[in-house]
Amino acid sequence: MAIFVDKNTKVLVQGITGRDGGFHTQQMQEYGTQVVAGVTPGKGGQEVHGVPVFNSVAEAREATGANTSVIYVPAVFAADAILEAALAGMDLVVCISEGVPINDMLQVYDFLKDRPTRLIGPNCPGIITPGQAKVGIIPGNICTPGNVGLVSRSGTLTYEVVYALTLAGLGQSTCVGIGGDPVAGTSFLDCLQAFEADPDTKAVVMIGEIGGDEEERAAAYISEKMSKPAAAYIAGRAAPPGKRMGHAGAIISGGSGTAAAKIEALEAAGVAVAELPSSIPHLVQQMNVL
Amino acid sequence: MDIHEYQAKELFEKSGIPILRGEVACSAAEAASIAERVGRPVVVKAQVHAGGRGKAGGVKFCKTPEEARANAEKIIGMQIKGKTVRKVLVVEAADIASEAYVGITHNRAARKATFMVSAEGGIDIEEVAKNNPDAILKEIIEPALGVTRAQARRLAYHLYPNNPAIAKQAVSLLLNLGKVFFTHDCTLTEINPLIVTEQGELIALDAKVSLDDNGLARHPELEELRDLTAEDIGDAKAREAGLAFHKLEGEVGCIVNGAGLAMSTLDVIKHFGGSAANFLDIGGSSNPQKVRTAMEIILRDPNVRVILFNIFGGITRCDDVANGLVEVLNSTEVGVPVVIRLTGTNEEEAQEILKQANVITETSMDGVIQRAISLANS
Repeated sequence: MAIFVDKNTKVLVQGITGRDGGFHTQQMQEYGTQVVAGVTPGKGGQEVHGVPVFNSVAEAREATGANTSVIYVPAVFAADAILEAALAGMDLVVCISEGVPINDMLQVYDFLKDRPTRLIGPNCPGIITPGQAKVGIIPGNICTPGNVGLVSRSGTLTYEVVYALTLAGLGQSTCVGIGGDPVAGTSFLDCLQAFEADPDTKAVVMIGEIGGDEEERAAAYISEKMSKPAAAYIAGRAAPPGKRMGHAGAIISGGSGTAAAKIEALEAAGVAVAELPSSIPHLVQQMNVL
Repeated sequence: MDIHEYQAKELFEKSGIPILRGEVACSAAEAASIAERVGRPVVVKAQVHAGGRGKAGGVKFCKTPEEARANAEKIIGMQIKGKTVRKVLVVEAADIASEAYVGITHNRAARKATFMVSAEGGIDIEEVAKNNPDAILKEIIEPALGVTRAQARRLAYHLYPNNPAIAKQAVSLLLNLGKVFFTHDCTLTEINPLIVTEQGELIALDAKVSLDDNGLARHPELEELRDLTAEDIGDAKAREAGLAFHKLEGEVGCIVNGAGLAMSTLDVIKHFGGSAANFLDIGGSSNPQKVRTAMEIILRDPNVRVILFNIFGGITRCDDVANGLVEVLNSTEVGVPVVIRLTGTNEEEAQEILKQANVITETSMDGVIQRAISLANS
């Protein structure tokens, strides 16, 4: 089991001939992921690390049976790449590209909302089911198979926590980086619902940050519907208000979206909230469910 | 990116929104001569990237060129919310019969843009939202449709229920404001106040536009509107190098990859009793040059007593960061200790490179942060 990706996932790389696309194709292969196709318009017929390159997603899908796409194209072309993958019938699209204009994402989100394609990202590190498949850029060597489901708005902070779990002997069912942009394809809520339904997941770790109200919505779901225990960490306690902390999402304005408000909502929902990223493993151990 | 009122008005004018154009002055003498040319009362308005200009005394009605000179003298050089005013807009005064608010911004929860109007204009719209929310009418903009004529009509007749002539003008103004918002990749387009004059004309008396930084790549003409004088040198260097940087007040200079980890680094520094000198995210795909620029920016701050690297490689390769750091250390007298923690993609290569450098390495985030704080205090 696990969520969204597993050993049967067949990956197609959009932007495979670029520096990042090529490098991470190799990393995904080394992890054992089935990378079956690449797409770069105008470079059809070439090969990158033994992977055949096609001019379009539709063509690549027909030739290889790819069901999941990962996108490493420049930000202003990312929305088009997502739409192309969705129209070609991909089940899952993982958009790594950072800096996608928000108006593009409004259209993409609206287009996808009644379609079967799931989008993760943009501006995210992707997803990994340890021991089975990784789609994106999460370093494989810091993960280990197990029963903790992890979802995060951050990239590198995700690695920090995953690695701490691994070092503490707490393996992961699936780790999902949903991205820090204000409009993302997959929310905390979507992942929590999937983890709740996944028999391989026994506990959940959530890594949020200041801005928006996704953590508060997740807290409401945990409180009302979730049977599995959850721990959380919220980044941005020390952030000065009104500053844009890199992620388009991480802006606090007025009183909403502060770390304090999120922590309060999560604690009220019975979530164990960590003061430091390094204290997450201890909180998970205390749940006594693994 | 924020642009000034006079620049926003130019965008409005090109899209068919009626404005009073005015002229920009950088000195009191210029302001006086513009007022002279106008030949009737003017308003002198501070051009600065901050709200609440009127309350701060940055907007003044002037009956004569002499008054314009005196007020411009006061306003130029004034600080509004920490920003120095360097220029003013001098514009003919209007005979105001009524003031309304209209604006478009993104509604994060709905994942759609939202049009908002209120007949209570000219004042702080957030106050209206708090005290009299029913006075604001909202229309959610469907991404596939944009602002529809029917939506514009509903909003316009909410503002001017008893004045069809003005409401008709307002319909086309609101549709044009929608065009400005979407064609220029804005995150905010706002008119406050939108006035009706004694002569029965509808005019955007003010104009506020914020642009999506991520959209600028496809609008090179808008990049030219950036006010370089409004930016700190460190901020400008960071932006050019693709770094997210904010100066803070503490002593630990931070270089981190990823916004979440960078924010968390500030939190953990505070937790262990230290204080960060900055937020700096070197981003993904880092190259050695980015590391050099990051160190240069941080070392401009005399408060910095130690430089802390907290790098967890994913798309960022640890060896790139290590190469950049060694390059800087070999060519520059850094003057403060450097502590570094590198984990993840190409970690072994990075450790090998760092063996030749004079840096303190740690393996954990908590460890490197505690080390940095103790060095800053020693």
